[in-house]
Amino acid sequence: MTKAITVSGLHKSFGRTHALDGLDLEVETGEVHGFLGPNGAGKSTAIRVLLGLLRADAGAARVLGLDPWTDAVEAHRRIAYVPGEVTLWRNLSGGEVIDLYGRLRGGLDTARRADLIDRFELDPTKKGRTYSKGNRQKVALVAAFASDADLIVLDEPTSGLDPLMEAVFQRCVEEERDRGRTVLLSSHILSEVEELCDRVSIIRSGRTVETGSLADLRHLTRTSVTAELAGAPDGLTPLPGVHDLDVQGHRVKLQVDTDQLDAVLKALTKSGVRSLTSTPPTLEELFLRHYEESGR
Amino acid sequence: MSALTGTGTLLRFALRRDRVLIPVWVAVNALMVLSMPNSLESLYATPAERARLLDQMDANASFRALIGPVFDDSLGALTAWRVGVFAGLLAAVTSLLVVVRHTRDEEESGRQELIASGAVGRRAPLTAALLGAAVANGVLALLVAVGLAGQGAAGAVAFGLGLAGVGMLFATTAAILAQLTESARSARGLTAAALGAAFVLRAAGDSATDDGSSVLTWLSPLGWLENLRPFAGERWWVLTLFAAAVAAQAAVAYGLAGRRDVGLSFLPTRPGPAAGRLGTAAALAWRLQRGGVLGWSTGFFLAGVVYGGLTEGAADLVGDNERAREIFERMGGRSDLTDAFLAAMIGVLGLIAALYVVSSVLRLHGEETSGRAEPVLANAVGRLRWAAGHLVIAFGGSALIMVLAGLGFAAGYGRQTWPILGGCLVQVPAIWLVGGLAVLLYGTAPRLAQAAWGVAGAILLIGWIGPALDAPRAVLDLSPFGHLPKLPGSGMEWPPVLVLLGGAALLVAVGLTGLRRRDMTSS
Repeated sequence: MTKAITVSGLHKSFGRTHALDGLDLEVETGEVHGFLGPNGAGKSTAIRVLLGLLRADAGAARVLGLDPWTDAVEAHRRIAYVPGEVTLWRNLSGGEVIDLYGRLRGGLDTARRADLIDRFELDPTKKGRTYSKGNRQKVALVAAFASDADLIVLDEPTSGLDPLMEAVFQRCVEEERDRGRTVLLSSHILSEVEELCDRVSIIRSGRTVETGSLADLRHLTRTSVTAELAGAPDGLTPLPGVHDLDVQGHRVKLQVDTDQLDAVLKALTKSGVRSLTSTPPTLEELFLRHYEESGR
Repeated sequence: MSALTGTGTLLRFALRRDRVLIPVWVAVNALMVLSMPNSLESLYATPAERARLLDQMDANASFRALIGPVFDDSLGALTAWRVGVFAGLLAAVTSLLVVVRHTRDEEESGRQELIASGAVGRRAPLTAALLGAAVANGVLALLVAVGLAGQGAAGAVAFGLGLAGVGMLFATTAAILAQLTESARSARGLTAAALGAAFVLRAAGDSATDDGSSVLTWLSPLGWLENLRPFAGERWWVLTLFAAAVAAQAAVAYGLAGRRDVGLSFLPTRPGPAAGRLGTAAALAWRLQRGGVLGWSTGFFLAGVVYGGLTEGAADLVGDNERAREIFERMGGRSDLTDAFLAAMIGVLGLIAALYVVSSVLRLHGEETSGRAEPVLANAVGRLRWAAGHLVIAFGGSALIMVLAGLGFAAGYGRQTWPILGGCLVQVPAIWLVGGLAVLLYGTAPRLAQAAWGVAGAILLIGWIGPALDAPRAVLDLSPFGHLPKLPGSGMEWPPVLVLLGGAALLVAVGLTGLRRRDMTSS
């Protein structure tokens, strides 16, 4: 399978700020790829480099096999983009903007346009200045999903949508995947990412810190275990991968790296287990761990 | 919490945000007024010369329409006559900008919502905006009263208060319209239209009578200013008209403000089409700029008609005065006086057209910094094609408005159509050079793009005031307009025109190369 996006060692600075500091990213054709990271991690900068709006200082990037800077127009014919902050012209109606974007790219499926306007409950006759944030995003989303682009780049596209519209959005992304499109989804909404994405990349301070399928990533996280033992716990402390160990009499609470779970369970059963609760890792914990590290 | 809670904080905040806007507008206005006695004294040194000016004004209805009637031959009275209307217009524009900026602009951007949710009374934002305008007008009144005191204290105070009165009157007009419209742009446009109507009423009244007594003149606040008669037996009671009108309009504005929701208006926006026909970056650029092009075209054509109509009278008027003739010859060339006047007025319009080209070129900057350019450029639109749409309108539009001005001149003057058109077209290379400079700044150093306004303003000042002050050649040569042949009248000179055209092309080329190579800035 060919890659829709390949990025390696991308650097971009603005004055003294290093927005991208050796970013790597690979997006397979036909997958929905989650692009995650705390605020200021460089997600939007990376997307703007991929769109040829910014010129990278160093590193290589290919989008749909093309150079995003020199072949920008050629690449854009096959890309649809929804920015995080959609600003519209105050005196153009939403319908006019959707059609303008469609024609500028080179075509728009009118049946799908009508269908999407219906599903997103968008009033296309309102002027740009009278739309709310969510409705401005819907204008850009309708334009993107009604296009016949091969790659759809979404930069936090749902921050203004209500839960109902969020569900419509998720269905639209699934339909795009079913039609064989590639989607790069930058998002903060973890349930959305868990629901939609085949693979995710997490970036922090302009660098990729994790990348892989959700199952791969879950493997990297910790399971929390609470056990009520028959006797005093023994031999837990020296075990690798055990964190936040808390022993109160016969009661044990700990966190364990998921790949070390087996050893911990064996140690516990030596003392006799009366009850055991184990909570599987959530994406949220994984993200919190990465987000918090960036704060340090 | 009262309806005015927080007014003080908001006012300080407004003045801080306006710390450049207000001082610049007020200083330009005050300088214009305060420099007038000196230049009038050098033009009309003897009482006999001033008396003749008075007679000519009495006889010339078109000049009265433009500037108003003269009531006395003292320097103070002549100053109030010469700059009264324009200083009043400037004060009104300053006030409307300040008021709309702190009312409808804030609501439209959504910033008002954040402020209104704090400990801020319902009437505080409007009050702070009006007080901000009052500060600007108060300072202007003070500067004028102190600066002109040498011409007569009573007249100076009356003139200062009259200007402030016009300013506050349109501040409250803007306050009402900011309640009625949904966008700041319409609020500004409608207030400016009201100001234009006031000018037209006064002009019509003053062309009919030579003492400001026409009903039409009395219907216009600008007419009140002249009927206050500063330095010519002040009629103080006229100030009560300003006070009453300001109070009444403020009451209406507060009434409307108390009756509506934040962000909403009484004149809602009409819906647009559900499907659009725009399909190219050029069509989008035209859609965004067509209103501006239409406005400038109309304005330039009408200005041409007015100046063209004045031409013959002006030649007579200036012909009697040695120093005035010298100034016109410096501006318009050493030739037949009618030609010199035409060339000078065409030159003034050329300088103003430089402002058009800057505003039109900088639409690119506005589109980029607002974030609207980004999704357009993320489509299959190259940067050059995107920029070209706007630049064709900027550069083609400036040639268009000069041609329309020429047609207006020809229509108003009734003769010499081709020489006048030639005179208008010869301005275009200098206008394009200024436009090229704007492209260069925007393309290579977008953070400095707004400096193009400063350049255009400096060129305007050099061309407008330089000849009157008999500025040295080296200063006049800084402006591209200083190198143009003075047409009609003088002979055509191709070298400077070709050099300017080449320079403009080079600046545009370098600017576009910069645009192609640099990062797009985000909002």
